[in-house]
Amino acid sequence: MKSIEVVARSVDEAIAEALQELNADRDDVQIEILDEGNKGFLGILGSKQAKVRVELIEKPEANKLEAALEFTRELLSKMGISAEVQGEEDSESIKLQIDGDDLGILIGRRGQTLDSLQYIVSLAVNRQTEGEWNRIQIDVGDYRVRREESLRSLASRAASKVEKNGRRLALDAMNAAERRIIHQALQDFPGVETRSEGQDPYRRVVILPS
Amino acid sequence: MKDLVEFIGKSLAENPDEIRVETTDKGYETVYSLYVAPEDMGRLIGKGGRIAKAIRTVVKASAIKSGVRVHVEIDEAN
Repeated sequence: MKSIEVVARSVDEAIAEALQELNADRDDVQIEILDEGNKGFLGILGSKQAKVRVELIEKPEANKLEAALEFTRELLSKMGISAEVQGEEDSESIKLQIDGDDLGILIGRRGQTLDSLQYIVSLAVNRQTEGEWNRIQIDVGDYRVRREESLRSLASRAASKVEKNGRRLALDAMNAAERRIIHQALQDFPGVETRSEGQDPYRRVVILPS
Repeated sequence: MKDLVEFIGKSLAENPDEIRVETTDKGYETVYSLYVAPEDMGRLIGKGGRIAKAIRTVVKASAIKSGVRVHVEIDEAN
């Protein structure tokens, strides 16, 4: 845990200096006054400097992963599904991994149930914990990994076709995450460009010759 | 199943204490009416009904697992 000690003319000054150094707000820290200090006579005679120790409190968002795991486990148990949930987080997102037998029910048609589950977990966890909004991604087995692979190969097959015959090609409707995979897969593909057309839930990627 | 609907409702609402679930057995399916505080309607329904749809999808998945037919309605508590 990060903490610093600062000496200054007064307690208030010492705290202000410490907060600036830690780049923190008063609410984010715990303050211990080590020495009240003494202004002394005319600010010179017998004056003693104030000393404080300021420690950064672990912020609530650091517990978001715990909250996400706990919520997802309880949700699954209430759904009557027995599964293992594990998680990891990096600076911008939380990834949860659900494993177990017979989890097809959690994925649903074209991942619809999984997307809904992910949406609810994300709303609930971000609502219940303070701090910034964190993206929460959930995978069941290796569904998302395999889905991404198949989207990539679909994208390059379709792009080859467009590049060959010079006619635009519209893919099936997909959600935003899946469209992003297609756009990314084709951003360096020679001879074609991509754009999204239409309104959700029918919004789709169109591949055009460039 | 009622427990599940209530759990999701409370976890999304700003006023979880006002969440109430009523069950109506219609024979061919069970209807779960999720009553929420008026100011929480938006949090439970979402833009274009997106949240409501996600709640129904998750509850229905659980229903498939239990082999029952369910429907979830969301309404304002009086």
